[in-house]
Amino acid sequence: MRAALRTLLALILGMTLTGVTPVLAQNAPPRIVIGPGVIEPMPIAIPTFIDEGGAGEYAREIGRVVQSDLEGTGFFRTIGEEAYISRITSFDGGVAFEDWKAINAQVLITGAVSVSGDRITVKFRAYDVFNGQVMEGAALQFAGTTQGWRRMAHKVADVVYSKITGEGGYFDSRVVFVSESGPKNQRLKRLAVMDYDGANVAYLTDSSAIVLAPRFSPTGDRILYTSYETGFPRITLLDVASLARQSLDEQPGTMTFAPRFSPDGGTVVFSLERGGNTDIYALSLGGGGLRQLTNAPSIETAPSFSPDGSQIVFESDRTGSPQIYVMPASGGEGTRISGGAGRYGTPVWSPRGDLIAFTKQNEGRFHIGVMRTDGSEERLLTASFLDEGPTWAPNGRVLMFTRETSGAGGQAQLWSVDITGRNLKQIPTEGPASDPAWSPLLP
Amino acid sequence: MTLTVKSLLVVAALALAACNNPDRYGAGGPGGAGGPGGAGGIDTTGLGDPNNPTSIAYFNQRVGDRVLFAVDQSTISPEGRAVLTAQAQWLMTNTGYAAIIEGHADEQGTREYNLALGARRAAAVQNFLISQGVPANRLRTISYGKERPIEVCSTEDCYSKNRRAVTVLSAGAGV
Repeated sequence: MRAALRTLLALILGMTLTGVTPVLAQNAPPRIVIGPGVIEPMPIAIPTFIDEGGAGEYAREIGRVVQSDLEGTGFFRTIGEEAYISRITSFDGGVAFEDWKAINAQVLITGAVSVSGDRITVKFRAYDVFNGQVMEGAALQFAGTTQGWRRMAHKVADVVYSKITGEGGYFDSRVVFVSESGPKNQRLKRLAVMDYDGANVAYLTDSSAIVLAPRFSPTGDRILYTSYETGFPRITLLDVASLARQSLDEQPGTMTFAPRFSPDGGTVVFSLERGGNTDIYALSLGGGGLRQLTNAPSIETAPSFSPDGSQIVFESDRTGSPQIYVMPASGGEGTRISGGAGRYGTPVWSPRGDLIAFTKQNEGRFHIGVMRTDGSEERLLTASFLDEGPTWAPNGRVLMFTRETSGAGGQAQLWSVDITGRNLKQIPTEGPASDPAWSPLLP
Repeated sequence: MTLTVKSLLVVAALALAACNNPDRYGAGGPGGAGGPGGAGGIDTTGLGDPNNPTSIAYFNQRVGDRVLFAVDQSTISPEGRAVLTAQAQWLMTNTGYAAIIEGHADEQGTREYNLALGARRAAAVQNFLISQGVPANRLRTISYGKERPIEVCSTEDCYSKNRRAVTVLSAGAGV
């Protein structure tokens, strides 16, 4: 990988990264280990990207998005321009590391942008200031249409975040959600999609029918959701590129909802209600029909696959109150994993496989929490009048969820929180919003 | 699109063609809140005079179109049984109507669970009406979960009215 990156960089940038002489003894490279306890934000500097031709506002805006992504994690603090001792005036010119060291910048991100017609090129380097060198693999070039400029900024930030934390990135991703309007007793809902940070909103449906709980396919090209478009709740499959929709059910007199894709994208698990009883079923999208996975008089719903596709976590009220169970992907009774007081719902398996996020209702409050896949080490990350429906960032480090305020004027908004419980914040959206679902990292 | 999906869609489309659109919050709803309605036709039926025992208005207001439920429950209360017994008698007398039973939940629960709970409540009402002699082919159920509260406060006063199953009539012998 490293060799490949070097070769790639040499090709792209026409330079080698080994030419830089390290300063004396090597310091430890800048590193943030995400874990429990307080993390002091790492000071970094992101001078305005250089305009290498026609970039105009793009140069400044791209730097701003990189800054917003990194600061938004709570792990970084950008040093204001007024503190700079020296300036970056040329992307390939020398860097006066002493000047950046003096203002305590541990990482320096330099970049350059050029625009020609509707084509944009973004280059960047992230320097380990104290060692006076480019961080391994953190010098890249992205090219595409100007329409995709924010994605390029997110990719820059993803590389830097990833190099410093050792975690996968998540900024270059989309979130599908339900955009809400109207009073509480006549809420209008429509599907929308946005960048993970709330920008670039596009609407996927109108608000003529209730739509609920959209979910991305593992490649992000399709979305499953529940729609009342036919008059009754039905699982619908939407193609993101063409917006073509198709209903995915087969039996009149039933209701289908709570769909999710399998990790290979070939199967849909969902709830099917017949005669008042709700069980979990699987439908193979490539043929092979419908398989019933649970068979109980209780409510079985909210299924979610493990990332290896071998197991399904779901919610059941067979003991009288909703709790979380795990069963083989082929179905079965399942093993209860939630053990604490209260009601548990909407379990979602982490993309890393290590944790299950859930909604918990206890003593009149709602919480978003995580537990290990055997139910141990439960941790509640939030508390409010109504928090529900967590969705995982592609790197399994951050959860987004719905928070609704109480009362006649109650409204839903999207919030996110780190799995350590830090960095709780609202995602800016035009109006009320609910039911977020994170896409995979974009290609 | 795969062949399987295609065939499923055909079946679904046929099934839809055979039923009314119960989404009265679409174009047909009071105040026209929904904009253009979804697929499927919308039947318009006059409510009539509440003093006329064969009218929908009479059913809604005098017989009572709804029953309420305890938290997380779908058991029909003694009061509910009285209302549903009267509903069944009315439906057997007025055979020109079909009904869609809407199940609802209060906001204290997750979206998915409440959808299933609303369905369970609607089915409990449907089963009771059938047990009283109403032909099954005149009854259909739908769940709105917590999507359509009628009361909007966040206290038990409102929650108790939102945990409901409502029998919605439309002209026609079957659903």
